[in-house]
Amino acid sequence: MLSELLTTDVLIGIVASGIRLATSYLYAAIGETFGQLSGVLNLGVDGIMLMGAFGAYYAVIKTDSLFLGVLTAVGIGLIMGLAMAYVSVTLQAEQGISGIGFYLFGLGMSDLLFRKLVGTPLPASTFPRLHIPLLSDMPILGEVFFRHSLMVYLAFLLVPISSYVINRTTFGLKVRAVGQNPEAGDTLGINVNRIRYTTVILGSVLAAVGGASLSIALLGIFQQNLTNGQGFIAVALVYFGAWRPAGVMGGALLYGLVAALVLAGNTTGIIPRSGADIAAMMPALLTILALVIATRQVHQPAALSKPYKRGE
Amino acid sequence: MPSLLKRLPLGAIVDVLMPVLAVLGALLVGALMLIALGANPVEAYGALLEGAFGSANAIAETAVKATPLLLVGLGICISFRANVINIGGEGQMVVGALFAVAVALAVPNLPPLLLLPAVLLVGFLAGGLWGGIPGVLKAYLNVNEILSTIMLNIVAVQGMNFLLRGAMIDPAEIEAGTRIPQTMRLSPAADLPVLVPDTRLHLGVIIALVLAVFVYIFLWRTTIGYRIRAVGHNPEASRYAGINVKQYTVLALVLSGAFAGLAGAILVFGSESHRMVTDGSATGFTGSAGFNGIVAALFGGLHPLTTIPASFLFGALLVGANKLQRAVQVPAALIGALNGLVVIFVVSTDLIRRRLTQRRALREPQPESETRPPQTESSHAK
Repeated sequence: MLSELLTTDVLIGIVASGIRLATSYLYAAIGETFGQLSGVLNLGVDGIMLMGAFGAYYAVIKTDSLFLGVLTAVGIGLIMGLAMAYVSVTLQAEQGISGIGFYLFGLGMSDLLFRKLVGTPLPASTFPRLHIPLLSDMPILGEVFFRHSLMVYLAFLLVPISSYVINRTTFGLKVRAVGQNPEAGDTLGINVNRIRYTTVILGSVLAAVGGASLSIALLGIFQQNLTNGQGFIAVALVYFGAWRPAGVMGGALLYGLVAALVLAGNTTGIIPRSGADIAAMMPALLTILALVIATRQVHQPAALSKPYKRGE
Repeated sequence: MPSLLKRLPLGAIVDVLMPVLAVLGALLVGALMLIALGANPVEAYGALLEGAFGSANAIAETAVKATPLLLVGLGICISFRANVINIGGEGQMVVGALFAVAVALAVPNLPPLLLLPAVLLVGFLAGGLWGGIPGVLKAYLNVNEILSTIMLNIVAVQGMNFLLRGAMIDPAEIEAGTRIPQTMRLSPAADLPVLVPDTRLHLGVIIALVLAVFVYIFLWRTTIGYRIRAVGHNPEASRYAGINVKQYTVLALVLSGAFAGLAGAILVFGSESHRMVTDGSATGFTGSAGFNGIVAALFGGLHPLTTIPASFLFGALLVGANKLQRAVQVPAALIGALNGLVVIFVVSTDLIRRRLTQRRALREPQPESETRPPQTESSHAK
């Protein structure tokens, strides 16, 4: 029975949809990686994703321009990132708690705006799946890798780019320096606060775009609590991936694949509903396990979540 | 002693003033948002007040809504005082409720005098157990408790979905084929007695209030409570003073989880339907009380007694929000957004508060030993 349903087609479908489902995690987690490397823990990712998701959705149903949708998300990410940076860096607030504030704000605000400005759920147009000549027509590989939307490719393109920026550029070096030892960085003439503002805003923009990738690429809808905690998982994925973009991508793919499996189980009945609930637990348990291992073998940025006070 | 007397008023004023200013700031932003949405803020806030306090029933609803916030908040007072950030209230509420419900399903025929205390105690213990996991992970394996509690929230929610769709589902749902993931009407022997007829004001409210006093006595009048605060204030010094820091870290999370677990149990047995239902998400069951309890505790200055009015304030906001929605056609979600702003403002003004306290400390060097938590922290309570 199980083997009959688990055909190659179904498996290919699951992997392909896993890659699509990993996209929003990837945007948010790559963004969070920059913030954490510079020493700022942004726990408000989920709220920023929700605001980005709504902003993009609203722009698309009003203008029918996907470009404007992404641009709106970017703008929202900029504003919320600036606010987050002001609270965490300038006002030196306890980051674990201020993040919860941003989450609650985004959760309530996106719902409020949706109900007030849209009301009834309207479908929004979404990024089309690209057809790449030759590549998309390949058997199996074509379906798995080459029939996704632009938003999916952009997210995965971010992995090598951010790896390069973090490890091979002066900016990346400065980011890591202020995350490890802000005092030393300051002594060397690095503007600690400016670096942290930059990474937090960058992270927030990527989180908002991640939200947009849900509402105007993957789903084409918005609803209350659309992300359902994805932003929190994204924060954990950064630990999971040991602050390396490639590792973060591995974690995002894990979550995406499990989600795809659960989804496929629900629609095709491969897995009973109760099994799907247990399956959905697994990434969280694996993340905890990864945290246990990570804290033993990898050192987190030494100044993570510690505000920098000059001259103290 | 004169220096102590001199220290008291400013500390108290700053401690009380900052959160109040934070809420006023949030309400002000809320007023601007209301204007932007085309609503009259005076009318809107008037409706909110009336919805929360306008009748005996409204006050009862506010008290019922404040109860889980207060209980979660009490746990947060304990854990944050130990410098442990417990974001796992949502999951701990769910686990506490699940175990309590399991007891009510297993032995429904016990007399109320036995069953009701049993389910509440089990909820308390189960929440404590769930809170203990991130405690052990933090103390002995150095795992960041913020992340582990978030992950355990996910595990708890999926566990709830699994059980309410399977082992614990109402048999009538299977027979009818509707399969709504909910339990049967739980044993009336486990109902929290209603205290005022024709309202929902139940015994859980009183339990929470009494526990707030207990937690105050525990934190400030017992050795264990003193050590929990000492560990939070200065773990290094505490270690030198012979306190087992790891044990107290675990204890802080166990207690924090236990209060959330009790909140979950009270949510079920004080509900109108007397069932446990899931919509698939944690918020669907908790109404975000696991997060809003943090808001209340922070607003209450992490003090159990001031967390009481803080919880009632946020309970009132949540209850009044519905009235506001009807009166000016602005969705009740506004209150959720404002709660977020309150948190942001409270933690942001912390720096200002710290600076004021520091300046004072510089003027008057304190003769206290290093291991003692600073008097200023608790001064407004005495």
